[in-house]
Formats: sequence, C-alpha cells, structure tokens
Amino acid sequence: MHIADGVIAAPVIAGATIVSVVGLGLGLRALTPERIPVVAVLSATFFVASLIHITLGPSSVHLIFNGLVGVLLGWAAFPAMFVGLLLQSVLFGFGGVTVLGVNLFNIALPGLMCGLAARPVIARFGPSGAAAAGAVAGAAAVGLTAMLVALSLGLSGREFIPAAKLTVLAHLPVMAIEGAVTAAAVLLIKRVRPDMLASSRPVRATAPVS
Amino acid sequence: MAHHESLLHREFAPPSRLTASVGLFSDRDPRVRLAVALAACVAAVALQSLTALLVALVLAIAALVAARPDWRTVGRRLLALEGFMAMIIVMLPFTVPPAGDVILFRLGPLTASEEGLHQAVTILLKTNIVVLLLTAMIGGLEATAFGRALATLGLPGRMVTLLLLTVRYLDVLQRDYAQLRRAMRVRGFRARVDRHSLRSIGYLVGMLLVRSFDRSERILNAMRCRGFDGTFRHDALTPPDRGDAMLGALTGLAIGACVWVELAVA
Repeated sequence: MHIADGVIAAPVIAGATIVSVVGLGLGLRALTPERIPVVAVLSATFFVASLIHITLGPSSVHLIFNGLVGVLLGWAAFPAMFVGLLLQSVLFGFGGVTVLGVNLFNIALPGLMCGLAARPVIARFGPSGAAAAGAVAGAAAVGLTAMLVALSLGLSGREFIPAAKLTVLAHLPVMAIEGAVTAAAVLLIKRVRPDMLASSRPVRATAPVS
Repeated sequence: MAHHESLLHREFAPPSRLTASVGLFSDRDPRVRLAVALAACVAAVALQSLTALLVALVLAIAALVAARPDWRTVGRRLLALEGFMAMIIVMLPFTVPPAGDVILFRLGPLTASEEGLHQAVTILLKTNIVVLLLTAMIGGLEATAFGRALATLGLPGRMVTLLLLTVRYLDVLQRDYAQLRRAMRVRGFRARVDRHSLRSIGYLVGMLLVRSFDRSERILNAMRCRGFDGTFRHDALTPPDRGDAMLGALTGLAIGACVWVELAVA
C-alpha cells in the first residue's frame, strides 16, 4: 500500500506533499494539548493493529484501518498517520522518505473523508446501523486509497498503468476484509463505550485543560 | 504470523543492537545525522544515470560498513524491501515500450524492452540506496533524539510530543495486543477468512481501542498534574562539534561526487 522512493515523478510528489502539509496544518489545530495523549495512544494502537496479517490464498494482507482512524480521530487523523508513516519509514528504515507526502495524502485523505462522513451516522443510529456505516467507511477508505495509489503511479508515467490497475484489483479483497473488521470494531465500541463515538466531535479524554 | 507480531519488539530493541556504539555515526549530533541522511536520500532519488547510482550504492554501502550495523537487521530490512518492490520491478520491462524495434527478449506474448529493464534497475537501485542510507545514518537513533532533531528542523512542538508519546506506548500496546491474542488462542481461535474470524479480529481491535482510550484518560490526568501544556521541556542541545562538521563535509563531498558523475556521463 505504501510507495517506496524512486518510483513517483517529481511533480506528483510536489502536488501531494503540498496537500499533505495543508492537511497536517489543519490537523494540528485539532491536536490540542489535552487531546495529544488520546491521539498518541490511539495512533500507537492502529500501528500495532496494522501488523495483524490475514492469510488470503497464497499470500497475506495486512489491515490499514484508515477509515477507522478517520472515524475516531477526525482531523487529528492527519498528524496521527503522519507519525505512523514517519516511524515506519525513518525510524524502522522501511524507506519512503522522499514520498512521505504522497503516502500521507493517499492514506490519510480517504480516511479523513470517510471518517467525517460516517461519524454522524454512527453517532445517531443504534449498534447495527453504526456497524453498517463502519463497514462502508472501512471499505471505502481502502478503496479510495488504492485508487489514489494507482493515480500517483499512473500520473508518474504510462508504463506504470498496468501496475496501477493491478494495485486496484489486488485491493478488492482487502476492501471486503477491512469493511468487515471495521464494522465489528465499531459495533463493539458502540456497545461498550458509546461516548467514544457519541458527539459529532471526535474523541477527547475528559474535560479540557483549563 | 509470529514473525510479524514480534516485529515491534525487534525494532525497539536497545539502540546498541541496531548499530554498535562504536560506529561512525553513533556519537554524532542527532540533528546533523538526520540532516545529512535526508540530504543524501533526496540526492540519491534525484540521480538519473546508472553510473552515478552505482557510485551512490558503493558510497551507501561504505557508510553502512562504517556504521557497524547489526547485519541481520539489515538483511531482514532489505529482504522485506525486495519483496515489496518485486511486482513493479518484474512488470516494468514488459510495460515500457521499446524506443526502436529492439526487443530484449520474449516471454510468451510479452516482449521485454531494454528501456524498461533500465528503468526497473534504476528504481531498484534508488529504493535500496535510501534504505541503506537510513539504516547507516539514523538506524539506532533513539526516539527522543529523533524527536528533538525533528523539532530543530522545524516540526511543530505538538507534533513532536505526539511522536514521542506514540513511540512510548507502542511497546505497551504491543503487549496489550499479545495478551488479548493469547486469550483468543487458548480458546482455539485461528485466523481464517470467514465471517467469524473477521468479526473476532474486529472485536479484538475494538477492545484494544477501548482499553487505549481508557488508558489515555489516565495518562492525561497524570500529565496534567505535572503541568503539561503540549510540549516537553528539554535541556538545550550542545552545539555541533568538529566531528559533526566533518560528517557534514564528508556527506557533502559524497553527494558532490555523485552529481559530478551524473553530469559527466550526461
């Protein structure tokens, strides 16, 4: 899902990086001091959860959870996923340094959009309605990310178009899996701790610092 | 499965395991290490000629040897990278149209072009050089040092705090996850692709999130009573010394050499 260095053309990198920086700036405004701990702990949770691999035929897929991140964190999804990608690329040395902006754009933007769209529905309806909205958000976020990855490849050169098509195809089963898992996660949270999903505003631990 | 689950533990081993404390970069200022690593990575990705990229590869390997890394970690990282890149590398020779009529070889209905092979090798070299450089120059950098270096390079304070807290709780949550996973395993759970498995994994993730949410309230309360306002305070960093200046100069020379080769070949 994430792209390595040396593949994407410079204009694509520039465009996506600019949008990502704007997204980070807006996300930073949502990251008030009293929300930093909850965003940090949840982004660490998503990092750990993305190491869950599900065996699928001869290969295995790992979950991305960008839709669920968007649902729980709202605009803070941008800084949270930036931290995740930064840790992955720089501290663990997986690469993707020069395309950090592209990867953030491809993963965080769909997550944020699906999260903002699904959150009011999840807050308003009962557990089963919330689970359905979660399923749609989880699947759509992965689908949109696959399309954006394909778009970044396709815009970088005609020769990447077959690889771009293959990326979208390969993510169809991931969409289904991600949708099912996100639905179950939302269902559990809605039953056990509905206040995490309650207001139209994303989660915040207790009252603000006075 | 176990392989992926223990990833965090391995990567968060004490820094001394990743690169020995006797390496070229270990005693250098974190800000300088991060700056030279970024400069070198950007330069490597910008190179176009194969000759220049080969020079860059040799220099990156030299840097890695000088850093005295844990070679098993290096091998694991490179293997993961190669697997990750395989699809695009294998496809490229067949999807780039040949410039003339020259066809490199045929594979059934597919024809491979020299241009495509050239591009595939270029991309493979760039991705590998970046991973080698990162491992050599900032592999084993402690998270706190990394965060402070990012702050001096202009990352906002609240973002740095978010990064440091995330790193701090990765290990805690890894254990939380392992505990829930163990509880599922003793009840006979095996991950397959069916409704029951996916729902169980979803509940697992949901439960992790609920526990994390509760944990974050305790963290916030603990931090509040210590006067937390969004950023952590540190002692001032000591200014870069002569060794750091030498490292900067050395990296500049190496980048200059690659660029010179690039221009000379063109």
